[in-house]
Amino acid sequence: MGAFIVQFLTGLSDAASLFFVAAGLSLIFGVSRVVNMAHGSFYMVGAYVAYFVVSFLPKGIFTFWSGIIIAALAVGVLGVIIEILLMRRLYKAPELFMLMATFAVLLVIADLSLWLFGAEDKIGPRAPGLDGSYNIMGALIPQYDIALIVVAPLILIGLWLLLNKTRWGILIRAATEDRDMLAALGVNQKWLFSSVFFLGSCLAGLGGAIQLPKGGADLLMDLNVIATAFVIVVVGGMGSIGGAFLASVLIGELSSFGVLVLPQSTLVMMFLVMAVVLIVRPYGLLGKPEAEEHLPPELVESPLRPAPLKFRLVGLGVLVVLILLPFFAGSFQLVLFGEIAIFALACMSLFFMMGPGGMVSFGHAAFFGGGAYAAALLVHYTNSPMELAIALAPLCMGLLALIIGWFCVRLSGVYLAMLTLAFAQICWSIVFQWSGFTGGDDGILGIWPAKWASNEVVFYYLTLLVSIGGIMILRYLLFTPFGYTMRACRDSHLRPDSIGINVKRQQWFSFAVAGVFAGLAGGIYVFSKGSVFPTEMSISRSFDILLSVLLGGVHSMSGPLVGSTVFIWLEHQISQIPFYKWGLQIQPWRLILGGIYILLVMAFPQGIAGYFGRRFEGTFSVNK
Amino acid sequence: MERYGLILGVVFACLIGFFVFPAAGQVGGTIRIGEINTYSKLTNFTIPYRNGWQLALEEINSSGGVLGKKIEVISRDDAGKPGNAVKIAEELVRRDKVVLLMGSYFSHVGLALTDFAKRNKLFYLAAEPLSDAVVWAKGNRYTFRLRPSTYMQAAMLAVEAAKNPAKRWATIAPNYAYGKDAVKSFEKVLKTKRPDVQFVAEQWPALFKINAGSEIEALSRAKPEAVYNVTFGSDLAKFVREGKLRGFFKGRFIVSLLSGEPEYLDPLKDEAPEGWLVTGYPWYDIKTPAHTRFLKAYQAKYHDYPRTGSVVGYNTMWAVAHMLKKAGCTDTEKMVDAMEGLTFDSPFGPITFRKIDHQSTMGAFVGYTALRNGKGVMVNWKYMDGKDFLPSDEEVRKLRPQG
Repeated sequence: MGAFIVQFLTGLSDAASLFFVAAGLSLIFGVSRVVNMAHGSFYMVGAYVAYFVVSFLPKGIFTFWSGIIIAALAVGVLGVIIEILLMRRLYKAPELFMLMATFAVLLVIADLSLWLFGAEDKIGPRAPGLDGSYNIMGALIPQYDIALIVVAPLILIGLWLLLNKTRWGILIRAATEDRDMLAALGVNQKWLFSSVFFLGSCLAGLGGAIQLPKGGADLLMDLNVIATAFVIVVVGGMGSIGGAFLASVLIGELSSFGVLVLPQSTLVMMFLVMAVVLIVRPYGLLGKPEAEEHLPPELVESPLRPAPLKFRLVGLGVLVVLILLPFFAGSFQLVLFGEIAIFALACMSLFFMMGPGGMVSFGHAAFFGGGAYAAALLVHYTNSPMELAIALAPLCMGLLALIIGWFCVRLSGVYLAMLTLAFAQICWSIVFQWSGFTGGDDGILGIWPAKWASNEVVFYYLTLLVSIGGIMILRYLLFTPFGYTMRACRDSHLRPDSIGINVKRQQWFSFAVAGVFAGLAGGIYVFSKGSVFPTEMSISRSFDILLSVLLGGVHSMSGPLVGSTVFIWLEHQISQIPFYKWGLQIQPWRLILGGIYILLVMAFPQGIAGYFGRRFEGTFSVNK
Repeated sequence: MERYGLILGVVFACLIGFFVFPAAGQVGGTIRIGEINTYSKLTNFTIPYRNGWQLALEEINSSGGVLGKKIEVISRDDAGKPGNAVKIAEELVRRDKVVLLMGSYFSHVGLALTDFAKRNKLFYLAAEPLSDAVVWAKGNRYTFRLRPSTYMQAAMLAVEAAKNPAKRWATIAPNYAYGKDAVKSFEKVLKTKRPDVQFVAEQWPALFKINAGSEIEALSRAKPEAVYNVTFGSDLAKFVREGKLRGFFKGRFIVSLLSGEPEYLDPLKDEAPEGWLVTGYPWYDIKTPAHTRFLKAYQAKYHDYPRTGSVVGYNTMWAVAHMLKKAGCTDTEKMVDAMEGLTFDSPFGPITFRKIDHQSTMGAFVGYTALRNGKGVMVNWKYMDGKDFLPSDEEVRKLRPQG
């Protein structure tokens, strides 16, 4: 009996740590609609700051708790600085651009933390006065766990009072409901947003600091916590603090008892919960359906038009250069350009569902990596020839996308994106866990091209054929009735519905088409690398693809091509710089990449291709 | 907007500059070696490793290099992605014309390179990846591995653990290939030594996302007498702290893989567990002349003490140098032939690269943890030579694809 109670209380204390981070994230999203990827970084910085403050002050109860509060406030200030310097310039840009900007902040903070705080993990100080254990019917539970269980509801009540009983809270709730109306009433939104950012970041810092006695501070905390935080926010309903609390308890307890029943469930439990909750309640436990946003006129896209002649000539020129490349470039250049082409196809497939389809996916790597696995498994188990494997990979992924899509298209916006993430994680964990069949994280090796294609030039042409072929088909599809219907469904649900179009089915098929072509990219990718590992299906791979699309711009068909080229090229360039030769211990590629992303976001809020598309509108003008 | 565009332009121009210059600055007359590792992540392991091979490189080149030439190492970062590692390997081979590859930390990156080496008939010395598959299930003629594998380290612990009377065992290991292999090997070796033991509970926390409290409670319900732990890094810290507070370690015999390595033990500071049976590297107490010389040189150059990774890096570089001397040329087939059976002296004593599976016999230290001056150390340790902890030749032939 005692053991069960302790198991339950342990789950609650885990839930408390989760709640602190998630509450801040939910608050920020509710008001500013920013999907704040840097939230995990704030959590990490909070942990480090508290660690240093507590270890340099004399020991004592007072210094311990003041250390935690100092850390929370410091992180709050950091949040405000980032909001003022970066986010404030971007509120007019599409929401997804904020995601990219905050992702860039995450990268920058990751490397700065390494440089400032050092590489070694820090073990957290114990909380003075709470460093023992209570005995509950023969089972011990740390006193600090009980403290956390008490503090979390207090924070919840505090937030509730703040939001419901103060003028500031009323304004915040008004902003959550309708920002434009609030602005029309003369409320200065700038400071409102800054203050929300302050509070949200404070909570993240508090979460990081308060978990110190349960573990410590390390450099992987940021990425480790961010996915969890998002899951809780979404399960609870975005913007709902009470929902975040409920979701934390749900996930904390299910994880705590889950390990009793099935110890291997640790990888996937959280995402299973999210998938189930979202399928049953599309807006989370306590979330409300999002009001249809009235897009400001400049964001309503002008319809896609076939490229004008001059622009087609540019495209043709690029194609000719690519075809002639083997005649003047080194053999490694072919490998690099081949990779860019494959990646461009993967990005184009995401663009297809994201831009014209209006469905953002955070889990596109499920189809890219899944295609790679499908091809690899076919070769590995059935010895099927390369051609067959590349042909079947997209079919398999089309089927997978039909299954996943069926659930996803019933949702919209961030909820849809998070459900794709949940499914991607479930697929990933199946591949990861089922080592007897998929090789687990030891992957599948020895998947090299057929003999006729093993020459690097031949394989390069094959890659070009598949990738550019795929891109052209996707482009063609956008100008067929299928594509027009898809775009109609994105722009309005009611109008296509009223002329007899089944909106959900249309979205479902668009989702599947995107899956097919991502699978095709994965199928050829595995032959270029010779092996495939679960990392190709991981969250970070999904974000590689997503960021590249955003980098190029979601409103222009050349966006994904430009974005993926810039992404691969940048990553490759930065990896070549021999920092260690200049006495620099770390390899600050994340800092540089993040810095460049920030600059790109500031310079091209519509994406690179989007920007140049407008800049040279005159040059490539469409004959109207 | 234009302002940012300008800054961007400058940044891109700089990056393009890098593209052009390194190739132009290279001079002939050196033996070029490609090195790939995860320098941008897990810096607490990879930086000591780099220090190690750079020290060895300096020693090799200051004594005249090999084959009358100096060795030039082109070191690259794979960011922990196997796809990147393969791309960089292509670049090192095709553009930089390296004669061989070495390095890598993660097992999946190591395996991707293992396969790359096989296909391109390229010599590859895996430095740190622990996966047994590198030399066994996926082993090939062109791949060698230096560090004692998961199996070897688990076997060392199991042999010692068998001396303890405990019969009921529980295991906790991160939920990925390394954790699974480490548990499987340990169970196998312990059961052959002690058929009477039984494994009564297991926990598989996600890597670096341990729910230490819940998992410890789950383990204690099975009332084990002994626990085998494979978690490391931040998971280990949480496991240790929660375990102490929940009285989990009291009266239990704890065996823990790699926890005696300074990389993992030192961050625990004065909370380092006492009396655990661990594998590791007690650099502070090893008094052999070979190690003392290495230790002095390392401390003089870096003003820091070596970690396990430092010795791995140092041995990797020296292994390559000795192999090149023996081969007398940089022809891949001859280098492979020279590496098979190569024996050289390392800070840990003589190491041989076995002909049968290309695994080195580098060993590890097995001992008990203790606290000394508020720091975790290993005591009562002994060096376990890797050659004594590998399966029989017959078994290895079964594990490794032949021909």
